[in-house]
Amino acid sequence: MVSFKKPNLDSFQKRIHIATLFVTVCFALLGVRLVWLQLIQHGRYSLLAENNRIALVPAPANRGLLIDRSGIVIGRNYSALTLEVNAEEVKGNIDDLINQLSEVIQISPRDRRNFKRSLEDSRNMGTFPLRSMLNETETARFMANRYRFPGVDIRARSFREYPYNELASHLIGYIGRVSQKDKERMQAEIGDAKADDPDALQTSFLPGIQYVGKIGLEQKYESVLRGVPGYDQVEITAGGRPVRTLSSSPSIPGKNIVLSVDIKLQYLVEQLYGNFRGAFVAIEPQTGDILAFVSKPNFNPNDFVEGIDAVTWKELNDSPSKPLYNRPLKGIYPPGSTYKPFMALAALENKKRTPSQTIFDPGYFDFGNHTFRDDKKGGHGTVDMQKSIVESCDTYYYMLARDMGVDMIAKFMKPFGFGQITGIDLEGEAKGVLPSTDWKKNTFKKPEQQKWYEGETISLGIGQGYNAFTILQLAHAMANMANNGVVMKPHLVKAIEDPFTRRRELTTPKESYRIDLNPENIAVIKNAMIEVNRSGTSAAAFQGADYVAGGKTGTAQVFSLNSKEYKHGATAEFLRDHALFIAFAPADKPTIVIAMVVENAGFGAQYAAPIARKALDYYIDGKWPKEIPEWKRAP
Amino acid sequence: MEKSPLKKIRSLLLRFSSGLDQRLGLILLCLAVMGFCTFLSASQGTPVSIEDELRNLALSFVVMWIVSRIPPKWLELAAVWIYGLGVALLVAVAAFGLIKKGARRWLNIGVVIQPSEIMKIAMPLMLAWYFQKREGIQKGWDYGIAGVILAIPVFLIARQPDLGTALLVFAAGMYVIILAGLPWKWILPFIGVGFFGIVLIVIFGNTICAPDITWPFVHDYQKHRICTLLDPSSDPLGKGFHTIQSMIAIGSGGLLGKGWFQGTQAHLEFIPEKHTDFVFAVFSEEFGLVGNLILLALFFALIKRGLAISAGAPNLFTRLLGASVTMIFFTYAFVNIGMVSGLLPVVGVPLPFISYGGTALVTLGFGAGILMSIHRHRRLVQS
Repeated sequence: MVSFKKPNLDSFQKRIHIATLFVTVCFALLGVRLVWLQLIQHGRYSLLAENNRIALVPAPANRGLLIDRSGIVIGRNYSALTLEVNAEEVKGNIDDLINQLSEVIQISPRDRRNFKRSLEDSRNMGTFPLRSMLNETETARFMANRYRFPGVDIRARSFREYPYNELASHLIGYIGRVSQKDKERMQAEIGDAKADDPDALQTSFLPGIQYVGKIGLEQKYESVLRGVPGYDQVEITAGGRPVRTLSSSPSIPGKNIVLSVDIKLQYLVEQLYGNFRGAFVAIEPQTGDILAFVSKPNFNPNDFVEGIDAVTWKELNDSPSKPLYNRPLKGIYPPGSTYKPFMALAALENKKRTPSQTIFDPGYFDFGNHTFRDDKKGGHGTVDMQKSIVESCDTYYYMLARDMGVDMIAKFMKPFGFGQITGIDLEGEAKGVLPSTDWKKNTFKKPEQQKWYEGETISLGIGQGYNAFTILQLAHAMANMANNGVVMKPHLVKAIEDPFTRRRELTTPKESYRIDLNPENIAVIKNAMIEVNRSGTSAAAFQGADYVAGGKTGTAQVFSLNSKEYKHGATAEFLRDHALFIAFAPADKPTIVIAMVVENAGFGAQYAAPIARKALDYYIDGKWPKEIPEWKRAP
Repeated sequence: MEKSPLKKIRSLLLRFSSGLDQRLGLILLCLAVMGFCTFLSASQGTPVSIEDELRNLALSFVVMWIVSRIPPKWLELAAVWIYGLGVALLVAVAAFGLIKKGARRWLNIGVVIQPSEIMKIAMPLMLAWYFQKREGIQKGWDYGIAGVILAIPVFLIARQPDLGTALLVFAAGMYVIILAGLPWKWILPFIGVGFFGIVLIVIFGNTICAPDITWPFVHDYQKHRICTLLDPSSDPLGKGFHTIQSMIAIGSGGLLGKGWFQGTQAHLEFIPEKHTDFVFAVFSEEFGLVGNLILLALFFALIKRGLAISAGAPNLFTRLLGASVTMIFFTYAFVNIGMVSGLLPVVGVPLPFISYGGTALVTLGFGAGILMSIHRHRRLVQS
């Protein structure tokens, strides 16, 4: 049995002392804890509290304008009220939300498709436009119902707009929403830039970048056009509600780019092509300015800005005429007879022919046990160099090719840019093929294929065989000849303009290099080409022109432009020859050269040369063809 | 001779405060003023009004004043009745109480009351009464009976479930039992087991907090609270969010604090229950370590004074009652600050005289009134 002390005052007071001690220890514990949190860990928690309360709200920068050489704006921005959804704040089903919203504001199936597509593309991060161009009634109706839709708001936003729709779409390209991939790439770029610029904090503000150029000049000049997004430092609550703006860093608008392209010429040529497919490049030879860069058919870049809808996308992709294909940049064609002036110049420079030296053309040329036929039955008879160009005599060039050999031809053609990257300011340029023994050795796998056969040289003379060039290369080569061997890099943009001061900074590349050519030899070729337009294959097209222009027609057998895919949807039409044409004018001091192809049109003289004539009439004389609607400046 | 109005008021005040313990009164006044100042900042953005808080504070002091006038003898006589009423109400709650948020804690008797609150005072009253009755003839089984008196309401409250209140009521009773002379050889093993248990939880926290492990006698959400305490970052947006955010508030306050009304954590809605249970986080953020140490010093002074009053009390009933009430103040303050600063699990305990809340203020006023009454009647009882 345990015995207990009588609970007297002494015992009680002892326990009170112990209780006091206990309380003291506990309070000391709290004191230590508070000292730990408020003194030792103060820095860390201050930082956490700052991070808690401050959010950066992006202020996107205005994108630079696209301006043609005469000041016409072909890529611009407009501001519109937009219904925006913050994907992170939306709880529950997106479809339900849109259904509820569509009771208040009209939302088309297309809006819905675009919105869901951009959501998927960006993995539900950020704010996305659901409906743009809200009118006053719609805005008011939404504001009255706003409380029902957390995470949905109306904002004024800047949109990209291409006022002339399809016009020049392949050179402009388009912008689209930043994808996860774009973001990662930009992050890497910024990381590099930051390494040597400690003030680069602003450029790292990726959330402010919502759109990037996807193709065309929009892509190539992305860093110029984009500008630097700004941001507001906003104090927010735990729920993300903004309370006040602490500071803001204004955005810096992107710079405008001034194109070397004459948009009216571009428009005219696109109209002249009508329903024909093809490519057309016009260059100012002294500068390398590209004056027109046509790819037909084209597409409407406005469809892509807010994410193209699936139906339109499928249409564009499935169309056998390939409207998304940038023909002058990527399409490779045999140059056909347009190659002949270059071959003739090669012969003169390499002293394989003199201008007056003649050959006899019986209508064919035998090499080994193969007969190469001339277009003209019975042949052109006695042919000198000028006649060979004016009448486009094949036999003359079969012989010439044989006499020069593949490597001499390749060596001469290379500096002109055939089968070489021109370096134009667009991504994805095709290289084409300038055949040579080395090229064959490097291209094929089997030893018997790697060997160059003499017989393969013959058809190179008339621009067939392995020859495969882009229209851009052909125009570039024409420009180089017209410019007497001075090579200027072709480019679509000639200046960068400051949006405030309007000060322009030229970006035009200087002379790249000079091809050492005898001026007399060039004169011979140019005169022959002038004669082509006077009495040769394109004489009909150039009848009555009040300027002198040189030209050369060509007809190329179809084999090159994505031939595999073409076979798939092949119709008789797709097997017809391509009509080609090259030209320079005015002859004494060319200000424009042209290279063009009209796909599956047949003879160059009939389909290509008339288009070139009208383009030159407009560019040199300002004459507008009656059948083409007048150029109208966009509102 | 005509008295001036000023003198009239002075004599009136003197009459009302006569017999009140001035030191205790001053400490409570300081706490109430600090509480009111913190409330002004903490209640920003909440629906409660300044009038409500002023009314609650006034009510608390009125209750204190009234109770201080009640002779301890009356309390002794009423002890069994109050206890009995409390238990009856708890049984009624268990039978047909209101269910809110999954707990059956409330009773609708015209107004909605929470009977477990009554127990916080009724428990020490009852046990002090019991030990007073057994004074001088205490036997071992007296502690057993005291244990049963303690266990019944604690069990009923824990079943509601309301573990926080159950623990507070249990603590209030245990203070009486221990102070009444519970032998050390009975106390120490419990302290040992408790200490050992805490060490085990801290060491094996990860294992026992695994989602598929269920703890005996403990609800899942209660287990969750203890587990998030061990590692708040394990649930940063859920239960741990509160603890993390209140720790950020305290820590970012630093030595001198961000200043009155300047707490970003508090004013930007990062602190849950910022004017009630988590008001200490707001106070800490705005007044810093210096403010906190002053607050702790005030609480310490309050407890010291309460214990001193109890030590000087004339009989066992008043001694046990006074000391127990004082220790309840301590428990409130310690558990609340410990919880807000991330030392203890989150249980709903207000910070005495600082947290907003009518019931708690009235209960605390009642307790303070008891201490005042003991002090006031110390000689009366003796004689």
